[in-house]
Amino acid sequence: MSTLRSLSIAAARDGLARRDFSAVELVEAHLEAIEAAGDLNAYITVTADVARARAAAADDRRRQKETRGDLDGIPIAIKDLFCTEGVRTTAGSHILDGFVPPYESTVSAKLRDAGAVMLGKTNLDEFAMGSSNVTSHFGAVKNPWGPRDGKDLVPGGSSGGSAAAVAARLCLAATGTDTGGSIRQPASFCGIVGMKPTYGRCSRWGIVAFASSLDQAGPMTRSVQDAAIMLQEMAGYDDRDSTSAPIEVGALEQAAVAGDIRGLKVGIPVEYRFDGMSGEIAALWQKGIEILRARGAEVVDVSLPHTRYALATYYIIAPAEASSNLARYDGVRFGLRVKADSLDEMYEMTRGEGFGAEVRRRILIGAYVLSAGYYDAYYLKAQKVRSLIAGDFTLAFDTVDALLAPTAPSDAFAIGEKMDDPITMYLNDVFTVPTSLAGLPAISLPAGLSGRGLPLGLQIIGRPFDEATVLRIAGALEADAGFEPLPVRDDG
Amino acid sequence: MSLDKETVKTIAFLARVRVPDDQLEGLAGELSAILGWITQLGEVDTSDVEPMTSVATIAQHHRTDVVTDGRRRDAVLANAPHAIDDYYALPKVVE
Repeated sequence: MSTLRSLSIAAARDGLARRDFSAVELVEAHLEAIEAAGDLNAYITVTADVARARAAAADDRRRQKETRGDLDGIPIAIKDLFCTEGVRTTAGSHILDGFVPPYESTVSAKLRDAGAVMLGKTNLDEFAMGSSNVTSHFGAVKNPWGPRDGKDLVPGGSSGGSAAAVAARLCLAATGTDTGGSIRQPASFCGIVGMKPTYGRCSRWGIVAFASSLDQAGPMTRSVQDAAIMLQEMAGYDDRDSTSAPIEVGALEQAAVAGDIRGLKVGIPVEYRFDGMSGEIAALWQKGIEILRARGAEVVDVSLPHTRYALATYYIIAPAEASSNLARYDGVRFGLRVKADSLDEMYEMTRGEGFGAEVRRRILIGAYVLSAGYYDAYYLKAQKVRSLIAGDFTLAFDTVDALLAPTAPSDAFAIGEKMDDPITMYLNDVFTVPTSLAGLPAISLPAGLSGRGLPLGLQIIGRPFDEATVLRIAGALEADAGFEPLPVRDDG
Repeated sequence: MSLDKETVKTIAFLARVRVPDDQLEGLAGELSAILGWITQLGEVDTSDVEPMTSVATIAQHHRTDVVTDGRRRDAVLANAPHAIDDYYALPKVVE
């Protein structure tokens, strides 16, 4: 039933409470749709048995007048970068062949303990490295808004499977992870809401590491209110992650539905208006400015002078951390092993066969910039420029409460495009990477359509640990943006 | 910044990633382009700038020094390619 699948989390929560339908019915509607939409390739693993058992348990609780809260019985998808106990976890890579975690990541455990029902594990760029979901060992994901001009479109990446699943109503919400834009850019491409919280807000424990100083988990949903509901459960201090923040999350849903942004000051980073920005992105940005002004916010220009160096900084720091993190995949203790005559050869063959082209590129770049003789020129330099970039934001937030910017420089492109030159693909992250480097919270919400009828997102960026203000402004913007979600495809 | 095939081969060995010989040329081109692109950071004056080594400005705290986990043999062995009795069996890694 498509009607059940089109519900927001908030509406499903209320419907479950009223006994209008059961968690089992919700799950069955989704499992049927997932099977019918197999061509999207949004899921790597469907966990039908887990889902049915958890939904039945949620219904049992409700019959006994118990509930675990807002997410009890809500069907969600988990990006296949979160370790899930007893369920294969791939990170979109060949090198983790056969890996079944004996433990559950903190974030997915919190969701599970809140009663959320896991439908399955969603597809992603290999080790979350990519902006198109094309680098997955398990194949590309199709954007449910496509095709256009006879070509299938990418859902964005790296959380492309999660974004496609949320947009196509193959779950009510999903988890994503964002290192340089991996929640926000696919959210923009698929016409959904995606939020990267402040670095430290969600525990990284049990999430397959890409770049540890940047990785952050967050919600992907069809409304700002739902993002708040999801994040409320995902966030929180965890002593197993030394960078986890012991800072109160606050009442996020209230902020998301408040609607009142009078008196807030929103900055427009002038450096984001680069030469060659597409007219429709500029127009969308202007539309966002006008909505915020009409709602009583003050909109002013701000300067983030080091913006133009953010991408280069990111593409030193992220590969450096990745090359270090991915050193653990050596064929010795788990995952793929290619047998060879010597130990070095076994390492080389296993890693040569187990990693795809993009991951290999980043490992080699990382190894190079960290190597003796180049460390200062590249890695240390990048860490210094990162200080300057973060400092730009700190200064801006002395005068404004949040920033408004586009999420991505274009709408979704076709599968196979931007593949000739890695740098062209990297440029997708131009508006998302600076925030990641500074560790700030940011949300992308769908705000309009491109000339081709494809969704475009706007981004609200906030002060560290001020997710509440980000959600408050995003909620107001969403209410007046008039975005129409993807018409539901009713296969069941 | 331009890397030749031999340098790429050396980096690949340092990273223990086998790159087939016929892919070295192409990879050298891609890596050189990326390195050339990131070299733009040289324009930024960072003489008085401290490197950013921590994103979250949170003071680390001490946790109580107690055992919080353990005695989970079966879970530990679950992903072992090979186990002999209660032992994780691996190829010889010290040569």
